[in-house]
Amino acid sequence: MNEKTKIDWDEADGLEVLTFDIGDERLAIEAANIREILDLLPETAVPGAAPLVSGVVNFRGKIIPIADLRIAFGMPVESATLDSRIVVIETELEGEEIQIGLRTDKVYEVTTLDRARACAPPVLGMRWQREYVRELMRQDEHVIVLPDLPAIFQAIRLPQNPKGRAQ
Amino acid sequence: MSEQDPAAAFRVEAADVLDATEQALLDLTNNLSSRELIDCVFRGMHTLKGSGAMFGFDALAGFTHHCETAFDRVRKGLAPATPELVATTLSAMDHMRALVEGGSDELEAAGAAILARLQASLGSAPSASAEDAVVQTAPPATLAPGAAPAAATTGAGWHIVFYLPSDSMANGTNPSILLDELRELGETRVTALTDKIPDLADLDPVQCHIGWNVELRGSASRADIDDVFIFVMDDMDLFIEPLDSEEPAPAQAAAPSPPQAPSPAVATPPPPKSQPPAARKVRPVEETVRVPAGRLDVLMDRVGELVIVQSRLAQLAETGVVGAAGELALRSISEEVERLASELRDTTMVLRMVPVTALFARFRRLVHDLAHETGKSIEFLTEGESTEIDKTVSEQLADPIVHLVRNACDHGLEPADERGAAGKPATGRIVLSAEQAGGEVLITIQDDGRGINLERVRTKAQANGLIQPGQALSDHELMQMIFHPGFSTAEQVTNLSGRGVGMDVVKRTIEGLRGTIDMASQPGKGSRVTLRIPLTLAIIEGLLVRVGTGNYVIPLAAVEECIELRGEDDIRSRGRSMIQLRDSLIPFLRLRELFATGTPPDPFQKIVVIGTAGERVGLVVDQIIGSHQTVIKSMSPLHRDIPSFSGATILGDGGVALILDVVQLIALGQQREERLRAVG
Repeated sequence: MNEKTKIDWDEADGLEVLTFDIGDERLAIEAANIREILDLLPETAVPGAAPLVSGVVNFRGKIIPIADLRIAFGMPVESATLDSRIVVIETELEGEEIQIGLRTDKVYEVTTLDRARACAPPVLGMRWQREYVRELMRQDEHVIVLPDLPAIFQAIRLPQNPKGRAQ
Repeated sequence: MSEQDPAAAFRVEAADVLDATEQALLDLTNNLSSRELIDCVFRGMHTLKGSGAMFGFDALAGFTHHCETAFDRVRKGLAPATPELVATTLSAMDHMRALVEGGSDELEAAGAAILARLQASLGSAPSASAEDAVVQTAPPATLAPGAAPAAATTGAGWHIVFYLPSDSMANGTNPSILLDELRELGETRVTALTDKIPDLADLDPVQCHIGWNVELRGSASRADIDDVFIFVMDDMDLFIEPLDSEEPAPAQAAAPSPPQAPSPAVATPPPPKSQPPAARKVRPVEETVRVPAGRLDVLMDRVGELVIVQSRLAQLAETGVVGAAGELALRSISEEVERLASELRDTTMVLRMVPVTALFARFRRLVHDLAHETGKSIEFLTEGESTEIDKTVSEQLADPIVHLVRNACDHGLEPADERGAAGKPATGRIVLSAEQAGGEVLITIQDDGRGINLERVRTKAQANGLIQPGQALSDHELMQMIFHPGFSTAEQVTNLSGRGVGMDVVKRTIEGLRGTIDMASQPGKGSRVTLRIPLTLAIIEGLLVRVGTGNYVIPLAAVEECIELRGEDDIRSRGRSMIQLRDSLIPFLRLRELFATGTPPDPFQKIVVIGTAGERVGLVVDQIIGSHQTVIKSMSPLHRDIPSFSGATILGDGGVALILDVVQLIALGQQREERLRAVG
C-alpha cells in the first residue's frame, strides 16, 4: 500500500501539534494542518455517503464534510457533549487540498511532541488499524496517536465508483 | 501577482499569440496573397521568439526563429505563400504549443522534421536560410567538425564581428548592453570598427555607424552568443567564427596580461540554463480569467458603497435603535444592503463571463484539418461570437462541440460529387452560431449536408435491440436514439467519427451543464443541433423541498409540475412505483426510502414531477417549501461520488441543503421502470 504520510519533525526533533480526545483515545494532528476549532454546527446528513463522512456543515460559506474518526477506528459512536468541538483540518486527497471537520470530544492544547518519545505502532494489541496510525507518542500517562488522515480518507474513496462526470 | 511564476505568465501570453497567429494562418488559406495576413503571422512569430527567449524557452525561441526566417522570405516576396506552406506552418504552430509546455528530445527531432518540410515547401531557393537552420540546430557539429567540442573545452573562444542596423538606436537597442552581455560570457577584447562612419557632413547623429570586433575567450557556446543577439539578429550583420587555439595565442600574448588567461575565465561563465525547464514541468498552470477593466470598476464602486453602508450600520449599532427614527434608519440600511447584495451578485457573475470568440476560434482549425482529411471542401462560418457565457461552461462546451462539428463534417456533408448530383454547391457549409435567449445561451451547429436518415436510425436501433421491430416512434423519439450509448449509423467507421461514442458523451456533458439538446433535420437539406445552456452555473432557481428532516433543492428548470399523492394512490402504488398522471404512467421514487430517513411520512405527501427531453419521473417528498434562489456550492471530493446530488447550497438560516441531480434521478427512475416491465 501507500507510504505513510511523512512526519515533518523540525530541527530539534519536535513537532507542534494540537491534542484532542476521541472517545478515550488521545490524538494529535500537526498544528500547521489545523484551520479552526468550532463549536458544534447544525449538520446536514448526506444520504448515501460513507458512514465516516455522513454529514456536511456550512463552514464560512463553504460546504465541508464532517468526519467521525470513531468509525475509522471501529469505536462506538457516541452523542455530543458540552466539550465536543469540531476541529477543521486541511489535508490532501488525490492531489486536492480539502478541508474536513473532525468531531472531537474534547480539545486540549497546542503542544510540542518530542521525537525521542515516539514508539512504532505495535503489531498486536492495538484497536487502531496499523495503516491508519503514523506514530504513537508517550506523553505523561497518555499514549498519543498521530493518525494518518490522508490514508483514512483515501480508504473510503477506493470501493466507490466515480460518477465519471466531467469535473 | 508578484508570486506568479513568470514562465506561467509567458505560457498564457504565448497561448494567446499562438491562437491569434493560427487564426491569421487559417485566413491566409483563403487569401494567399494578403500581405496583411502574412505580416500578422510574421509578427506573431516574432513576438513569440522574443518573449520565449526572454523567459528562457530557448528551444521554442530557436524553433520559432527558423519559422520566422522562412516566413520572412514570404514577406519579402522571395517565396510564394502556398497551401503547403500554410499547412506546414500550422503543424509548426502545434509544435510550438508543445514547446511552450516544455521541450524534450523527441520534440527536438519532430521540430527538425517540421523545419525540413518548411524548407521544402518554401521551394526553390532554400540556400541561405537552410544553411542557417543547420548551423542553429546543431551548432558544434557544423561549425568546425571535431574541432568545436575541443574548442569549447580548451576555452579558445569566438571571433565576433557585428554591425547593428543604422536605425537600431531608435528601436531601443543599446549596443553597450550587448557588449556587456558578451563580457559576461568570458574574457573579451572589443575593438570598434569605424570603417562605416561617414564624413562629418553626412553624419546623422541618431544613427549607429559603428561596428564591433569582439574576441571572446572562454567556454561560451555558439548558442550563448546567439542568445545575446536574439532580439536584433534579424536585421544586423553578424559574423561569428571560432577562434583557433593556436592562432590567437600571439594576439593574446601581445594583448593584456598573459597569466590570467584561460583557466579562471573557463570556471566562471557556466550559465545555469538547465534548471528552469525541470522546475517548469511540475508546476500546474493557474487558471486565469481576463476581465475588462470597466467591470472591475463597477465592482469597486459597489464595494465602496458597501463599506459606507457598513459604517452606517456600525453607527446605528453604537447608538442603538431608538424609536421610530431608529427603526426607519435600520430598515433603510437593510434595504440598501439588499440592493447592494443583488448588484454585487450580478456584477460578480459577469466577471466570470467570457465571449465565445475564443471557444469558436479553435473550430476553424478543426474544420480546416477535417476538410483536409476528408477531401471535402468546407466553408465554416461563425455567428454571434460576442455572446458571453460562463468561463467554466465555455471550457466544458469545447468537447461536445468538437464531436458535433466532426459529425457534421464527416457524416453530414456529402462528398463534392454527391453534392453536385443533388444540385448543391460543391462547397459544404457549416455554421456555428451563438445567441442569448433569456437566461440561456443557444449554440447552434448547422450544416447543409444530407441530413439525418431516420430510416437508417431505425434500422440501426433495431439491429442494436434498442427498439422493437415495428415499434411506433415519433421522429423526435427516433432522433433521440442517436444519443444512446453505443449507437452509430456510420456504415464505415472512419478516423473522424462513427465509433458510436461521442453523441452520448455530448448528451451527458450538456446535461451536466443543466442544458438540453435539440435536433432538427431535413433529409437532403441538412441538420441542425441546438445546445441550450444556462447562462451560468453558479446560481439557479430551485424548488426547496423537505424529505424527512432534510432539506433538498430541485433545479426548477427540471420541475414540470407538483401534485398530491392521494392516499388511495399511495396504497395502490405500493410495490409498483408507477403513478397514473392524466393519460400516462410515470415511475416515481420515494425519496424517503431512497435516502433512508427513518422518519414517519407526512400525512399529505407530494409528488414533484421532473423531466428532461421527454423522460419523466416523480419524486415523492414530504413537503414543498417553495422556490429558492440557489447559490451552488460544490461538494467535497469525499461526497462527489454520490450519484443523487450535484452540489449543495446554503439556506437563509445558515443550514445546508443538498441539490438533487435530476439526470441521475431520472436515470434511476427509468431503470426501476425497466426492471418492473421486465418482471411483469
